[in-house]
Amino acid sequence: MSIDLSQFHQVFFEEALEGLDIMEQALLSIDEPQFVDDETINEIFRAAHSIKGGAATLGFTQISDFTHVLETLLDEIRQHKRTLLSEMVELFLKSCDFLRDTTCQLMQDLTPELTQGSELIAAFEKMLQAVEENEDSSDTYSEMNDSISSSVVAETFFGGMLNESRSSDEKMEGKNMAENSLIKSSKEEVIDKENELGNGAGDGKTWKIYFKPEPQILQTGNEPFRIFRELAQLGELEAQCHCDLLPDFEELVVDECFLYWTLKLTTQASRDEILDIFEWVIDECELTVELVSPEFKVDQSAAEEKKDNLKGIISEEAASEDMLKVNQSNLGATEEITSNGVTSGAKGDAATIVPLKESSVDPLSNKGQERVPLNSDESDSKKIIDKSKQKSIRSNKKEKEVVDRGGASASSIRVGIDKVDSLINLVGELVITQSMLSELGNDFDLDKLERLSNGLEQLRQNTRELQESVMKIRMLPISFAFNRFPRMIRDLSNKTGKKVQLTLKGEHTELDKTVMEQISDPLVHLVRNAIDHGIETPERRVALGKNEEGSIVLSACHQGGNIVVEVSDDGKGIDPEAILEKARDKNIHFDEAETDPQKIFDLIFEPGFSTAESISDISGRGVGMDVVRRNIKDLGGRIEVESKIGKGSVFRVYLPLTLAILDGQLVRVGDEVYVIPLVSIVESLQIKSKNINSVSGNMILYRLREDNVPIIPVYKAFNISADNTELDNALLVVVESDGRKVGLLVDDLLAQQQVVIKSLEGNYKRVEGISGATILGDGSVALILDISGLMHKVANQKKKPKRAA
Amino acid sequence: MIMAIEVPEVTTVASNDMLLDGIDFISDGDQYLTFVLGKEHYGVDILSVREIRGWEAPTIIPNSPSYVKGVINLRGVIVPIIDLRKRFEVSEPTYIRTTVVVVLIVKTGNHEKTMGFVVDAVSDVINADDQDVQVSPDFGGSVSANYVHGLVNVGDNVVTLLDVKQLLTVEDGEVVHHE
Amino acid sequence: MTNILVVDDSTSMRNMVSATLSSAGYQVKEAPDGKAALGVAKSMKFDAVITDLNMPVMNGLDLVRNLRALPSFKYTPILLLTTESSSDKKNEGKQAGATGWLVKPFNPEKLLATVGRVIG
Repeated sequence: MSIDLSQFHQVFFEEALEGLDIMEQALLSIDEPQFVDDETINEIFRAAHSIKGGAATLGFTQISDFTHVLETLLDEIRQHKRTLLSEMVELFLKSCDFLRDTTCQLMQDLTPELTQGSELIAAFEKMLQAVEENEDSSDTYSEMNDSISSSVVAETFFGGMLNESRSSDEKMEGKNMAENSLIKSSKEEVIDKENELGNGAGDGKTWKIYFKPEPQILQTGNEPFRIFRELAQLGELEAQCHCDLLPDFEELVVDECFLYWTLKLTTQASRDEILDIFEWVIDECELTVELVSPEFKVDQSAAEEKKDNLKGIISEEAASEDMLKVNQSNLGATEEITSNGVTSGAKGDAATIVPLKESSVDPLSNKGQERVPLNSDESDSKKIIDKSKQKSIRSNKKEKEVVDRGGASASSIRVGIDKVDSLINLVGELVITQSMLSELGNDFDLDKLERLSNGLEQLRQNTRELQESVMKIRMLPISFAFNRFPRMIRDLSNKTGKKVQLTLKGEHTELDKTVMEQISDPLVHLVRNAIDHGIETPERRVALGKNEEGSIVLSACHQGGNIVVEVSDDGKGIDPEAILEKARDKNIHFDEAETDPQKIFDLIFEPGFSTAESISDISGRGVGMDVVRRNIKDLGGRIEVESKIGKGSVFRVYLPLTLAILDGQLVRVGDEVYVIPLVSIVESLQIKSKNINSVSGNMILYRLREDNVPIIPVYKAFNISADNTELDNALLVVVESDGRKVGLLVDDLLAQQQVVIKSLEGNYKRVEGISGATILGDGSVALILDISGLMHKVANQKKKPKRAA
Repeated sequence: MIMAIEVPEVTTVASNDMLLDGIDFISDGDQYLTFVLGKEHYGVDILSVREIRGWEAPTIIPNSPSYVKGVINLRGVIVPIIDLRKRFEVSEPTYIRTTVVVVLIVKTGNHEKTMGFVVDAVSDVINADDQDVQVSPDFGGSVSANYVHGLVNVGDNVVTLLDVKQLLTVEDGEVVHHE
Repeated sequence: MTNILVVDDSTSMRNMVSATLSSAGYQVKEAPDGKAALGVAKSMKFDAVITDLNMPVMNGLDLVRNLRALPSFKYTPILLLTTESSSDKKNEGKQAGATGWLVKPFNPEKLLATVGRVIG
């Protein structure tokens, strides 16, 4: 049997990257490190912990060793042994970067670059020492903790990881002291003896093992039997069972263990190997393991005392088959014992355990339950844990669950886009099938008609649900692209000494996953630019009478069939003259007579152009604005710049919706159904003739409270026929775009629903006043109105001489 | 309202056998799907034919040329429908049971473009070597020369082979009122 | 047939454990957190449970306590997936009723050996 663990690499990488995102976001959410709440730290810890576990198992020691250091520190913070400091947050953030890089390098089968990791570890260490020196008075916990953990940090990363960390953990853990000292003292003793007896038999040493479990040992699922079985695998095992503690039958508690053992093990295995077998029960038993001379014999006399007693207890059946089976198959070593004359002892222990295991001795267990409440152990342990603390953790968890759900739906997208695409098409086909079926249904027998149409209704509903859920797969809120910016701004302001306040707007705007992935880098570049070239230094800003802290606003919204992402700053703005000069410098071809600032600003997107005096570390990383523009163009989008000297700049990226989903109001005009984006609708009303005013030429205004809203009859704008061409009592949908309102004259208001936006341009071309199309539940196509486009169109028509219809 | 019809029905009505199963794909030369517009015969490269559909009323595109009938939903994709009879001004369009839509697909760069073309009926699949294809004399007919790939003789008829790529290029045209 | 329940919120870890176990002929059921595991545990019998400690919704310790309270899990071996650094966790785990632990990192051989240790 061998499992190829490499098949899990991909899952691990994805999980690790997600975990790092979670860590980073949690870290960024920390405003005041010293007052960080438990759940945030827990979340960070859990992420680090998972990454470490997976990495270690898969053999990515570069990641696991490093994460181990993080985890150790986080664990201390989590347990309030250490106070979180902002420097630590900084280091943790850098660690996230390092781990992300390392993960990506591993993903690409590259050898990870670890220098940064070592530097970070050194920084961790340095910081810890600094803490030790400076903050001894403020820290409620002793310095010892600090020094211990700093040594943990150093040791674990630079080598000797497992043993060292274990021993220092034990040092910290007072609870363990007793057992440890017990083992240790006996260990020392034994080592001396070992030296004496080490030159014994060539086939190994003889160990005397005294094992006296606590009564409740069985309640954790640990059976002495299993332990013996393992010991027997190490060598030759003889056992002597002590039954003297066995209570009288009436007092016997079935799930407690009253037996204890002296074992003789002849083996080549080391003492540690033997202790390892007792690892799980070491604090639930008395255990001594000592080296003895091969002549040592286990004594059977003690077992004899209760032997008869036992025989009386165990019924014939219980003692026969099952017991024998256990004896032979599970305890090969007992056969040895028999030959050595300790038969009764071995049988005694087997017999005692068998009834515990088998349910055939129910009367016993009933009695036992009466005497000792089974969950006494459990309630004890509950007392140990501070109840109020537990409660608060629970309630936090509940909140977390909700958050997780939200995150999970977004973070677990691992569906190949092509699969999703074909699914969408399949769904489309389903819709067609459904409409054909319903037509067929019309010709059927009247008897069957109802059943058929019921079934069809079902199919229709299923289809629609499937359609909706499948199509949403591709859509993600733009917060996925935005989330990296708080971190970036933080780093950049540290690096540049500029103070920047980042505001995110419209994070819930949904965007096609592909568009999102590809817009991310251009946005990063724009934001870097804004800090590097836009925002002035705090001193300069104060001198200019501006707020010391610069402002960068990142916003997203649906607008006229596009998603518009804006990066705006309140910095120094772009000087057209400087651009022209630079363009001449760089031999970029342009029209010298050009005066339109928009055209001049566009020059910065020309290849080879850079407004930076020197290539800076921040925005001068290879890609220029020309790449930004190219990327956006590749997505079918465009970019615009608006800037005022001294006031700041706005970079506006228009992206196509492709598959975006929109909440729409369906309206009917004649035979056609149109979709009006719900966000642009102010209100819908029935026209009252007294509020209609005609002004200049064809313009008809409708008095809506204080506003005069121009009426656009959709049938006129689109040259189609309508039921209603009269204004009186007609339906008017008042919409708003770019701060202007217009009233759209429609025949009827239909349903409101979410629609999936499909491109018209893909197979046709852009149509003025239309932002795209969608497929309605019945499979038919409805066009989506582009409100701002429609306003433009109408305004242009007004300017031009009217054409004959 | 005009009923949608199914493709098999179309093939029986369109006299000659045009089931794609019957096509001998091993034969030399290019194959063309031929169809009728009014009294004229046209052909398109069969490899660019995606499917043949019955006529269904599309959704009108506002302010579009009169030959653009609108858009339909073709398995989740929005596909414009062009009436070739109007585009080439060869016959007065009627929408009856034999009226079919030939859906053509063409790759330009890394983008695929799909459009549906309304024709009176599809008729046949023909083989034509390059040497069979004659250059079209430009007599200033209603079909602009750049749509025409060439002419080919089939029996007594002349079939005008169309350049699918050009066909799928949308131009701004006359704007009419949709009735 | 030997049934084992594997509980871990990390998909990769869960996959690794269960693939290893099933390759050795065990029947494996998976759960992403304690609560889900408890649901599964109530519906069928298991010969052993392997659970992570740090999990959302219900952590490993609470899972162990809850399992031990079920009659059918009174003696069932429950192994904790844990890391070296959390020895106090091990004690907590023991107090909650866990049988033992499996230290991460582990390799498939070690996992199978440990599971073999508790399954008769």
